[in-house]
Amino acid sequence: MPEEPYEPERAIAGTGMGGTMDLGASEAATLEKTPGGPDGTGPQDKPRSLWSDAWHDLRRNPVFLVSGLVILFLVVISVRPSLIASGNPLHCDLAKAQEGSQAGHPFGFNGQGCDVYTRTVHGARTSVLVGVLSTLGVAVLGSVLGGLAGFFGGVWDAILSRLTDIFFAIPVVLGGLVLLSVITSNTVWPVIGFIVLLGWPQISRIARGSVITAKQNDYVQAARALGANSSRLLLRHITPNAVAPVIVVATIALGTYISLEATLSFLGVGLRPPSVSWGIDISAAAPYVRNAPHALLWPSGALAITVLAFIMLGDAVRDALDPKLR
Amino acid sequence: MLLEVRDLHVEFRTRDGIAKAVNGVSYGVDAGRTLAVLGESGSGKSVTAQTVMGILDVPPGRITGGEVLFEGRDLLKLKEEERRTVRGAEMAMIFQDALSSLNPVLTVGDQLAEMFTVHRGMSRRDARARAVELMDRVRIPGARERVKQYPHQFSGGMRQRIMIAMAMALEPKLIIADEPTTALDVTVQAQVMDLLADLQREYDMGLILITHDLGVVADVADEIAVMYAGRIVETAPVHEIYKAPAHPYTRGLLDSIPRLDQKGRELYAIKGLPPSLTAIPPGCAFHPRCPLARDVCRTDEPPLYQVGDTRGSACHFWRECLHD
Amino acid sequence: MTEPILEVSGLVKHYPLTRGVLFKKQVGAVKAVDGVDFHLDAGETLGIVGESGCGKSTVAKMLVGLEQPTAGRIRYRGEDITRLSGKALKAVRRNIQMVFQDPYTSLNPRMTVGDIIGEAYEIHPEAAPKGDRRRRVRDLLDVVGLNPEYINRYPHQFSGGQRQRIGIARGLALRPEIIVADEPVSALDVSVQAQVINLMGRLQEEFHLSYVFIAHDLSIVRHISDRVGVMYLGRIVETGRDAEIYDHPTHPYTQALLSAVPVPDPEAREHRERIILAGDVPSPTNIPSGCRFRTRCFKARERCALEVPLLAVPAEFRGTRGPAAHDSACHFAEEIRVVPPETGREHGNGPG
Repeated sequence: MPEEPYEPERAIAGTGMGGTMDLGASEAATLEKTPGGPDGTGPQDKPRSLWSDAWHDLRRNPVFLVSGLVILFLVVISVRPSLIASGNPLHCDLAKAQEGSQAGHPFGFNGQGCDVYTRTVHGARTSVLVGVLSTLGVAVLGSVLGGLAGFFGGVWDAILSRLTDIFFAIPVVLGGLVLLSVITSNTVWPVIGFIVLLGWPQISRIARGSVITAKQNDYVQAARALGANSSRLLLRHITPNAVAPVIVVATIALGTYISLEATLSFLGVGLRPPSVSWGIDISAAAPYVRNAPHALLWPSGALAITVLAFIMLGDAVRDALDPKLR
Repeated sequence: MLLEVRDLHVEFRTRDGIAKAVNGVSYGVDAGRTLAVLGESGSGKSVTAQTVMGILDVPPGRITGGEVLFEGRDLLKLKEEERRTVRGAEMAMIFQDALSSLNPVLTVGDQLAEMFTVHRGMSRRDARARAVELMDRVRIPGARERVKQYPHQFSGGMRQRIMIAMAMALEPKLIIADEPTTALDVTVQAQVMDLLADLQREYDMGLILITHDLGVVADVADEIAVMYAGRIVETAPVHEIYKAPAHPYTRGLLDSIPRLDQKGRELYAIKGLPPSLTAIPPGCAFHPRCPLARDVCRTDEPPLYQVGDTRGSACHFWRECLHD
Repeated sequence: MTEPILEVSGLVKHYPLTRGVLFKKQVGAVKAVDGVDFHLDAGETLGIVGESGCGKSTVAKMLVGLEQPTAGRIRYRGEDITRLSGKALKAVRRNIQMVFQDPYTSLNPRMTVGDIIGEAYEIHPEAAPKGDRRRRVRDLLDVVGLNPEYINRYPHQFSGGQRQRIGIARGLALRPEIIVADEPVSALDVSVQAQVINLMGRLQEEFHLSYVFIAHDLSIVRHISDRVGVMYLGRIVETGRDAEIYDHPTHPYTQALLSAVPVPDPEAREHRERIILAGDVPSPTNIPSGCRFRTRCFKARERCALEVPLLAVPAEFRGTRGPAAHDSACHFAEEIRVVPPETGREHGNGPG
């Protein structure tokens, strides 16, 4: 009788009793790439987990580092805009309206004669705040509601599904006009609240779907057979396997939320001057795009870079949480 | 020879390099005969069949050498339009998973009739009548009524019969069946294999049966080709191979299956795993798992040695294996 | 005689079929398991065979507590575990563990092998002291024939057979007495199947395990089982020791099933009698009256539609002491030998 061998070297996945061709090549290669060979000790002794492995990966991922630096920079100037722009964003001189780049004013002036550089830097706070907090709010509310509905099913799921249908039917702009016009506070909070209120069903639907998919896997059954309770199933088994689509959609939505704030501001129900935000400036500059494209270009560029940075961050995190891509 | 594959090479581009799926495969089948191609997943048995049928995905696949001669014509040299006239009419394929091979939103009658309207230019009415005929021929009870039903309304066995009916529609000369009964229960498996064998006899077709199941092979095949890591390691008439395999891989497979007529002791298990196709071992691909392996096996790739008049074995030590 | 370690009686699982979204109305039931009785002795293997949809997997799920039976009892060492809940249930669960069919979906792709196997100890902290868990996981990997250094790897880095070994190690972690294995090798390649079957055989001796081995492959079931139960449409139709079922079957379904198995022996094909059953398995929502097999049975008579045959030793064999005298739920039970002794070469012990 042959010994039960260790079979580490190569692996072709036997995906079934034949039929489909499985080249299994990736498996073999990843086996070899894994740090600490069969004889290696040291790193092998430390228990590893998905999160520690993901962090280990992220620290070496250039996409994560670049997007992380951009976001860090945005956060810093949001908190202390005066660090790099000492001027007053509300100080405008109509005489200089639409003038181009000049000494001390690298981005030129907008239609009101305000310094575009100062306003772009100071606008970061509002836009980043609206973008990040709305996304967080939407993601948390949406994935908790959708995830629980998907996991427990039954009546709550039915009610939640109908509720999301109703929210989907509300036109965003009209809803904004109605709801926000009654609020007089000129802060970002009503806007964020409104976005969360209308945004959560989108995430909830995705979270529900991916939880249902993850729930049906045998490993969830296997954990139940071991005696695991619902919270363990949700936290250990379902969430890590269902979170990827939520991350992707949420990071893409972040960009839309920043522009939504702009739209609402443009319609006069979002933020109003003297507030400063990219949204306000983009809408204000849009009519003069022929004469003063720079006034539109700089805040839009800042918006684009911000959105891109968050999408890249989301991508990097999602990939790091997938051991198959390691 | 109805179909002859000569020295076929196919590779795939993957993330981890070139995967050599088929490495010099040659086999042939005559009209009215059944060739069983036996192998585990990753052995290249399905890729070879897809290449013969002309349904290989290119890219990522690439045919790097060889010929596929069908009645003397090299199919690999034909243009895609010419190829299409061969496919379906001259040779047809039956897949493992009938449910996903049938269109769920069309009735089975429409799908069968389409074969005749597209390839034979028949009127819808005539085609419909032929569809009912076909369903009768594959022994689906109540064909006249069931022709209006959708694939999901049929059981697994019945769906596989519909697949067979579609393959038979244009009376091809060659049928390639890729694991046709793997997804079915044993009692249904027997029905479907019987049907396939009857039809083959009736129409004098060539049949290439691709499978991993040594039992099914013993039941229906005339010839066997055993594949491992993209190569043919043994070919023989079916009766001889079960009596005395001439390759240690075939021998290991035969010894590792539990038997119905006796309660086993410990099963013989081939040690290790099939190799990754991106890193096929040098020399004989089977040598890391082979109990007969010696130094020469690690360096020299064995050719398909002639064993007697009718057999071939790609093992340097086939004599030992045969007489052991 | 000692008490069986597991005893199942009158086990039933019906899934209600409902219409409507908020206000549900029951319109029928899928009778997945419809009255199953069997017992399992310590250290033995009970094989359950049947075709897809016969309810064998549902039985497995009820045994390990993944499904609640609609009716019936599952007694573990005399105690009915279907009524247990909370702590008592958790304690029993430790002793009955499961090995799943698909090694690709049954391991969480985002957990390391160490976490997958070690999770058992997190759920049952009393099973192993915290400082000792890591070592135990390594031991388990070694026991199932995997390198303990792989503890930090993820499932996708292993082949199907290796993953199934991980699944088995997880099943063994709590040192259960019973392992319920649902088609544990059917997703594996032929050459790897033998490795896993041998491993299960070895572990049974080493840990004195009792197996409920569920499969559709009759050859594998015979190889590993001491006793066999044949299921059809939610019920066991014939049960007995392996030789009784395979060499002396008396139920027509068992006979048809055995005769349909392709035998790896081309010499046998000329002189083999095949019983080819007509039609398909009826829907479990609409089970035929009387004997549930009668719609496909080659022996069915009027009595079969009227009277449900009981699972007992048929009257004609009751007096005899031969191997045909085993439980068979058929009114017209009759011994037919359908598995020919295989000819050809001897079943050797491999090359070399």
